[in-house]
Amino acid sequence: MTEPLVELRAVRKAYGDVIAVDNVSLSIERGKFLVLLGPSGSGKTTLLSILGGFTAPTSGQVHIAGEDVTFVPPARRPTVTVFQDYALFPHMTVHDNVAFGLVMRRVARAERRRRVEQALGVVGLEGFGKRRVHQLSGGQRQRVALARAIVVEPDVLLLDEPLGALDLKIRQQMQEELVHLQRELGTTFVHVTHDQDEALNVGDAIAVMNQGRIEDYGPPERVYLRPASLFAATFMGDSNILSGTATADEGNNVRVDTPLGPVVVARRSEGDAQANGAKVHVSIRPEHIRIGPAQGDGVLSLGEATLTDVVFQGAHRRCHARSHGGQVELILRLPPEQVVAVGDTVPIRARAADLVLLND
Amino acid sequence: MTGSRLRHAPAAAYLVAVLVFIYLPVVILVLFSFQDGILPVPPFQGPSLQWYAKMFSNSRLLDALGNSIAVAVLSSLAATVLGFLAAYGLARHRMRLGGPARFFLMAPIMVSYLIIGMGLLITFNLAGIGKSLVAVGLGHTIINLPLCFAILFSQFGEHHRRIDSAAHDLGASDLQTMIRVTAPMMRPTLFAAFCLSATLSWDEFIIAFLLSRFDVTLPVIIFEMLRAGLTPEVNAAGTMVFAISMSTVLIAASVMLFRRGGK
Repeated sequence: MTEPLVELRAVRKAYGDVIAVDNVSLSIERGKFLVLLGPSGSGKTTLLSILGGFTAPTSGQVHIAGEDVTFVPPARRPTVTVFQDYALFPHMTVHDNVAFGLVMRRVARAERRRRVEQALGVVGLEGFGKRRVHQLSGGQRQRVALARAIVVEPDVLLLDEPLGALDLKIRQQMQEELVHLQRELGTTFVHVTHDQDEALNVGDAIAVMNQGRIEDYGPPERVYLRPASLFAATFMGDSNILSGTATADEGNNVRVDTPLGPVVVARRSEGDAQANGAKVHVSIRPEHIRIGPAQGDGVLSLGEATLTDVVFQGAHRRCHARSHGGQVELILRLPPEQVVAVGDTVPIRARAADLVLLND
Repeated sequence: MTGSRLRHAPAAAYLVAVLVFIYLPVVILVLFSFQDGILPVPPFQGPSLQWYAKMFSNSRLLDALGNSIAVAVLSSLAATVLGFLAAYGLARHRMRLGGPARFFLMAPIMVSYLIIGMGLLITFNLAGIGKSLVAVGLGHTIINLPLCFAILFSQFGEHHRRIDSAAHDLGASDLQTMIRVTAPMMRPTLFAAFCLSATLSWDEFIIAFLLSRFDVTLPVIIFEMLRAGLTPEVNAAGTMVFAISMSTVLIAASVMLFRRGGK
């Protein structure tokens, strides 16, 4: 078993009465691209700052590469942070910005020049060395910030919403480039964002944060398809949440009474038994609801729904619908070839395997 | 169109009146420095450069010019460096007495130069430091420090703090960060603070008058000349003082503006 590169042990950070990070334990394997995903105020930036050494935790420990670095200053950690506003040195050329970390490490001039050129090449800025920072576009500044960080070959690269200030198009392009860069270098990346699409685009693993805690942590598919908490289900993309009551325990399944009728949902784990009468939620992704009568094994009928809004979005048709006498509002993502209109009342169904049981 | 012009007429007239009020005395001072006669009063005769020739052969006045430059440059340098260090420390580190420290650094701005001058005179007397240009320079450092501190402190924002953090993150020590990143990044502001305090020191009379004895600065010489009587030579000296402060301010302003344009 390989030891994780980064290990947070019961890390907590309080600012007076406000708890920014609440008892977070997290291991990151070497070479992973981890995304810390959460809304603003969820503690993700504070957690990154604790990893980078800019913020000392109130309690708990940070281990990187087997060493306790909880109170080691940023300069002596094997981490480098790429800041949201890039924090480039405005009075220096691009070359001098990138060379800064090497100068501080007393790397000889010729070697320095070679490595700076190499790093600029990796981020696609060959020949930009003599430019000044204010002559660069936002995307180019972002690349300089990346080059300045990777040139010192850190074990962990910390990215604090690095694409937040960029236009959508450049942002998507930079997301792809970050993924390529990470694979090429094999460096462990920890990337903070509030954008769930970005999290899916770049991460090998996603940690969903809310109110200072990690609510879910796992590979993107798992976090999206089988979210571990109500918050994770709603924050990672659209979800239909049906609140209901557990009525019976059927082996590995739980029967839940929902406004759309009784459904049988797989239990998360052996230990996660639901008492009869417990309040639970069932999450269904919009693309998992289909129109038509329920037929075959493992397909559940969800009754009928009336479409209140239909928007053709190219890859799919996004619909709003009301069900259960108009009391339950649903979002559907139907295949584009399925022609429906506002006002249609249709039978809806879903595969039992696509339903996710969530605790209150 | 005429309507709108008419509507703006009172405002325009007011502007002109204010500008005349501010600049007319200076214009008259400068004009009569070119007077071809022995009294700087109307009617204007001339123009003539004779008073400038007289001024530049006045060795006491030239000595004072040199003294003024030395005091302005050295005291402003001291005020800028001290102001930078204070601003850097108070902006970068959250400390228990940060608020009171800022207050006491800024407080001398509210004290009149006369009080500061008298206080220094008494203190220097007790400390056995005689009246001299060094004393004047120290006085000017004291009055300019709050100004330099205020200007520089206002420039340390969150963005600057992250730039410093980035330098630390890449392995720089506090001292290396300050010398290689913070100070160079603040260069335009440092220069502006230096120019502004040089201008204030250059014009300053009360402290210079109270704390100097044999070697004096230009404003003190001009005061002495005025006591001896009005001559266009005083106007010429005043014009020189004015021209030099104006150029310093203009240089500082253009550096600040150029910097904004460059961003």
